[in-house]
Amino acid sequence: MADVIEVGAARGDAPPPAANAARRRGASARRTGRATPYLFLAPYLVLFGVFGLLPIILGLWLSVHQWDFQLPNRPFVGLDNYKQLFSSDSAVYGDWWQSIRATAIFTVLSVPLLVVVPLGLALLLNRSFPGRTFFRAVYFAPYVLGVAVIGLLWRFLLDANLGLVNRLLGVVGLPSDTPWVTNMPWAWISLVGVTVWWTSGFNAVIYLAGLQDISPELYEAARMDGASAWQRFRNVTLPGLRPVLLFVITTTVLASANMFGQSFLITQGTPGTETRTVVWFIVEEGLRNNNAGRAAAMSIVFALLLAVVSIANFRLFRYKED
Amino acid sequence: MIQNDMSRRRLLGLGLGIGAAASLTLAGCGGGDSTSGPAAGNGGKEYTGPKVDLKLWNGFTGGDGDIFKALVNQFNTEHKNIAVSVATYQWEDYYNKLPGAASSGNGPDIAVMHMDQLATFAARGVITELDDVAKNLELSEGDFAPTVWKGGIYNNKRYGIPLDMHPLGFYYNKSVMQKAGLDPNKPPTTKDEYTSALVELKKAGVQGFWVSPFQFTGGMTFYSLLNQWGATLFDAEVAKATFNSDPAIEACTWLVDMIKQGYSPANVGQDADYLSFKSGKNAFTWNGIWQINDLKKSPEVQWGVAPLPQIGSKPAAWANSHNFTIVKQRANDANKVSGAKVFINWLSQHSLDWAKGGQIPARKEVREGAEFKALPEISSLAPELEYAAFPPAAPGLGEVMTTFYNSFNEAALGKKTPKQALDDGVAKANRQLEDNRKKYGS
Repeated sequence: MADVIEVGAARGDAPPPAANAARRRGASARRTGRATPYLFLAPYLVLFGVFGLLPIILGLWLSVHQWDFQLPNRPFVGLDNYKQLFSSDSAVYGDWWQSIRATAIFTVLSVPLLVVVPLGLALLLNRSFPGRTFFRAVYFAPYVLGVAVIGLLWRFLLDANLGLVNRLLGVVGLPSDTPWVTNMPWAWISLVGVTVWWTSGFNAVIYLAGLQDISPELYEAARMDGASAWQRFRNVTLPGLRPVLLFVITTTVLASANMFGQSFLITQGTPGTETRTVVWFIVEEGLRNNNAGRAAAMSIVFALLLAVVSIANFRLFRYKED
Repeated sequence: MIQNDMSRRRLLGLGLGIGAAASLTLAGCGGGDSTSGPAAGNGGKEYTGPKVDLKLWNGFTGGDGDIFKALVNQFNTEHKNIAVSVATYQWEDYYNKLPGAASSGNGPDIAVMHMDQLATFAARGVITELDDVAKNLELSEGDFAPTVWKGGIYNNKRYGIPLDMHPLGFYYNKSVMQKAGLDPNKPPTTKDEYTSALVELKKAGVQGFWVSPFQFTGGMTFYSLLNQWGATLFDAEVAKATFNSDPAIEACTWLVDMIKQGYSPANVGQDADYLSFKSGKNAFTWNGIWQINDLKKSPEVQWGVAPLPQIGSKPAAWANSHNFTIVKQRANDANKVSGAKVFINWLSQHSLDWAKGGQIPARKEVREGAEFKALPEISSLAPELEYAAFPPAAPGLGEVMTTFYNSFNEAALGKKTPKQALDDGVAKANRQLEDNRKKYGS
């Protein structure tokens, strides 16, 4: 700080003519420049304002009302919608916490796999071998399918009594009556397994891009120092991937926490409502049961939970960098 | 779960979708009638005013949609001054979309709706009363089955004019029955006949009655049985849930015991009950009337359909009905109201063609005509109309019904005993009903 002021003061005292002219040009550039970043930001700001900020504010406002847009009477209810989420004698308490539990289970089970499996895939696909492009396409392929397609496909494949999976297991002499989509813990195994199969390709592509950004010279140097393959992975690859890892973990946590389609289509929430996730429940409450106020309160509580998780995630990685 | 059923049904081409529907009324708001009635129409018999364009929305995404459109085309050809245009959406999207469209002025003039949705849409001010339309068309309970006709009423006012009804039927696979030495032309009709048939099937190595834990179709089977046992889902005012009464628990236990006794495999998946029926692994399935047309597409399957066997103390069957409703408009247009009435009346009279789409016509004269009786499968389910158990008219009931079906799901998957599952379900349903009372102020 002191340095800056001193430099500025020195310039002010005795500017050489050339520098003075340059400064004047700089000043005018700075003046028009003041608006420039905002002009560049404006398009996004408008989008963010209309589709980000405004809905959040509207959501906060809805959440303190009993809100059905079709009913003339939308009374202000203060924090009632929030209280209902935490009071065990409300109609939604049980369903709400069950959906949180379902989402938490799915996230905890799926994120480690979705971080590690694609990394392994990317490492393999980063080597040069014949057919590499083909395999890259194959592993990415499921990701291009919509959730409706993979959902219905796996629901039929995993059917306990008629599905191909149990049929094949029976052929090789394994139990052939596993209730893959209707009972625990199989329903979670199916949901996590299908999700890993479906979305690993996406994370793998991100990793692959990250791997190709790591300078080959670093590997060469490590090799000269006699580093083993594991040491090269541990000391070159992983540090080189740190920003990519942060991105992958953050987006994967959020994607898993927002899971909806898979359980909606494959397990249909069964058994009972044990696999009904938060996002599904919010949609049901807001759009099917027309309780937009309560659904808004749920969204806000859930968003806060996710914010805490994301901040913790960033902290963890920043700490390492320090 | 309902949404899934929609896509499942569409994907599998299982036929008509949840059902199809409906009948007729349309038009406008009550206020329009006093002027339009005498001037531009005479109770829906004809319309002589200037040309009107009417928008109609429905959810007939299956083969029923084509039949409906053909009927509308025929109507448009015969009525030069009324042009009805049809838009079709998935039922689930449709019910989400309609309120917003109506309140922004982009909604249809006529909307087809399931009977159990009428109260919700009426309470939310999306559709309008139709007592005057029924009066002008001289329609009364005598023209319809009483159960269907009364279903269109909420708060003592009529909101829907029924087109059809679609009950659960009893489908039996004739080849499988023959394999077990049963007479394929004498499907069981009583509890004793039913269980002894299942015993014979089991001896032949067939699990004869696959019980699905899902609303389609296990939940609807339980709904039927609960009524057969003399129980009800709710009390008369729909203020309290009663589906944990002793007879309800007995009905649930009987059904869940089908699994325990090995007449059904455990963990039956969505649609597995029906797919196994078609492929000859399952002998009996209680399924919607809409499956008739799907089964007709599979000539290799030897099947029959009959009213549900009476397992409990009285006959009963789950059923729903498609109704025509009139959407509230921002601006009244008496001519549209009149044109709509004509359409409703006309379609009601032509509901025999609709029956070919796999529905039982709501209108008595059509149902009792020789032509309807010439549709053997569909007309064989018509007797169920007398004791059909339609869902009650109460706003916001959809979520409560979901609770009911989820309770059955837990019992059928063995997560809870029938009593525990239904007790828990009733406790939650009562809280939901209380919330609804506060919200809709009924």
